Amino acid sequence: MTGLAAQHPAASPVPLTIRLALRDVGGITKRNLLRILRTPQLLFVSILQPTIILLLFRFVLGGAIHIPGIDYVDYVVPGIFLEATLIGGMTTALALAQDLQAGMIDRFRSLPMARSAFLAGRTAADLSRSVAALAVIVGLGVAVGFRFHNTAGACLGGIALIIGFGYAMTWVYAAIGLAVKDPQTAQMAAILPMFVLFFASSALVPVATMPGWLQPFARNQPATVTIDAVRALFEGGPVFHDLWQAVAWCAGIFIAFLAMSLNLYRRATA
Amino acid sequence: MPTAPMITTPMIEVEALTKRFRATRALDQVSLSAQAGQVLALLGPNGAGKTTLVRVLTTLLLPDSGRASVAGLDVSQNAKAIRSIIGLAGQYASVDELLTGRENLELAGLLYHLDRAVYRSRAQQALERMALTEAGDRPVKTYSGGMRRRLDLAASLIGRPPVLFLDEPTTGLDPRTRNELWQLISELVADGTTVLLTTQYMDEAEHLASRIVVLDAGRVVAEGTADQLKDRLGGNVLEVRVTHRADLGKAASLIAGIGSAPPRLDPELNKTSMPVRGGPRELIAAGRALDDAGVALDDLGIRRPSLDDVFLTLTGHATGAGHDESGRAR
Repeated sequence: MTGLAAQHPAASPVPLTIRLALRDVGGITKRNLLRILRTPQLLFVSILQPTIILLLFRFVLGGAIHIPGIDYVDYVVPGIFLEATLIGGMTTALALAQDLQAGMIDRFRSLPMARSAFLAGRTAADLSRSVAALAVIVGLGVAVGFRFHNTAGACLGGIALIIGFGYAMTWVYAAIGLAVKDPQTAQMAAILPMFVLFFASSALVPVATMPGWLQPFARNQPATVTIDAVRALFEGGPVFHDLWQAVAWCAGIFIAFLAMSLNLYRRATA
Repeated sequence: MPTAPMITTPMIEVEALTKRFRATRALDQVSLSAQAGQVLALLGPNGAGKTTLVRVLTTLLLPDSGRASVAGLDVSQNAKAIRSIIGLAGQYASVDELLTGRENLELAGLLYHLDRAVYRSRAQQALERMALTEAGDRPVKTYSGGMRRRLDLAASLIGRPPVLFLDEPTTGLDPRTRNELWQLISELVADGTTVLLTTQYMDEAEHLASRIVVLDAGRVVAEGTADQLKDRLGGNVLEVRVTHRADLGKAASLIAGIGSAPPRLDPELNKTSMPVRGGPRELIAAGRALDDAGVALDDLGIRRPSLDDVFLTLTGHATGAGHDESGRAR
């Protein structure tokens, strides 16, 4: 180090402690929450979309779907809770691509902040939004006839699992946003996992009613096992098998896409 | 500029730096240095590699080969330490549109790891300094272009960095706003901040910088003060402005033999100009030739070369011409 640099106190940087890193996460989270609150139309759409699916399957299509042993409203609504968190995550991809294009990521990366804080703060803010949207959809679900039949603890566990799945998926969307870089493309690309995971799952109809070639995928993919576990937690009945698989999926998705997103962020260029 | 000789330490040092983007060499064996307290301008057209160099020095991009250091800290090894002593303001005005000016500054201060009380008071001071007090609590999306640049500049200075990088700070601004920003930058750097500034504008480099490095296609093509660069042209510029555009080509061919290089045409201004070794003799010769041929003139004169002339001579093309800036590969 040169003598001159030493004259500047800033040249011996404050070591990055956990406390400072958490403060960085807090600052970024606050920034993103402010952005969410100042674009209420985006928040509105992310609530409107699952609302439409809910009303569509409860009132328009639901009458034609009979599932033995369970009211269709109790069958379909947990899946729509999950969908509400999936659709919220799409805005993560959009927001990151926007930040990349606007040069915000350059600014943040040139600051002495913790590098992981940028993405942690992004996903934390998006999680808050998903939870808010989920609260609205739960209220709507109950209003159209959905009932929790299990103990309060199990039902809360089901909600927690939905939120956990939604958070893990946020990191998938983060990776998409950072990889495609362009906001429009990010939005389109983010619809894809949502469509595949939600429609080719047990969310709307039982997997057994699907064509044979689709069943192995539909039965074992993360959304199905999560929805089945959540349904069991809400309705009662055997839950262990689906629950551990769902938790394993969430943990696996989280770890894999966290690593991928951090790597993409480290090398990010618009 | 220091008048007495003094021992200076390079705050920015770049040695044989090369950065490739696929087939193109964005930076090709670039070497330069800036002393503490110096304002160094990187001058060049789009695609010259200016932004790429700034991105390497601000730890956003790793070089392929060569060395780059800021305050003696190597960009590849001490990126974290560098980030706490630099400020970066970019041509893309990286401020958050949905946040207010104050929120942007406070966020930057927080992420510089300043104490809350410190960044809050600095944000307030910065808003006053940048004439943004009234707009401070409005979302940035309501700001004009000039206001955004001022805010961006303020955000880059919130940590009081000893080294500041300004990537095309006035690109796209109208002349009056540019002048205001120049004034502001001159004041801000008067306290000894080392500045590396990139620009496509000759007058900007001349106005703000004590030394200029001319970059073209990833290579350093010249280096020195504005005057030294002008001297490299070795003389004056003869300029002819014709009354009728139709005469422009004819005028150029009439004077072609007089200059030290072929005349350059500027049809938009009905102008042709070329470097000449001497002065009065060439002027008289040109006047006589044009008069004999009956070319109507609006203006005929000799002037000191501008940096535009220098750039043209050094690189064979004007500053505006260019390809994509590969530092931000699209």
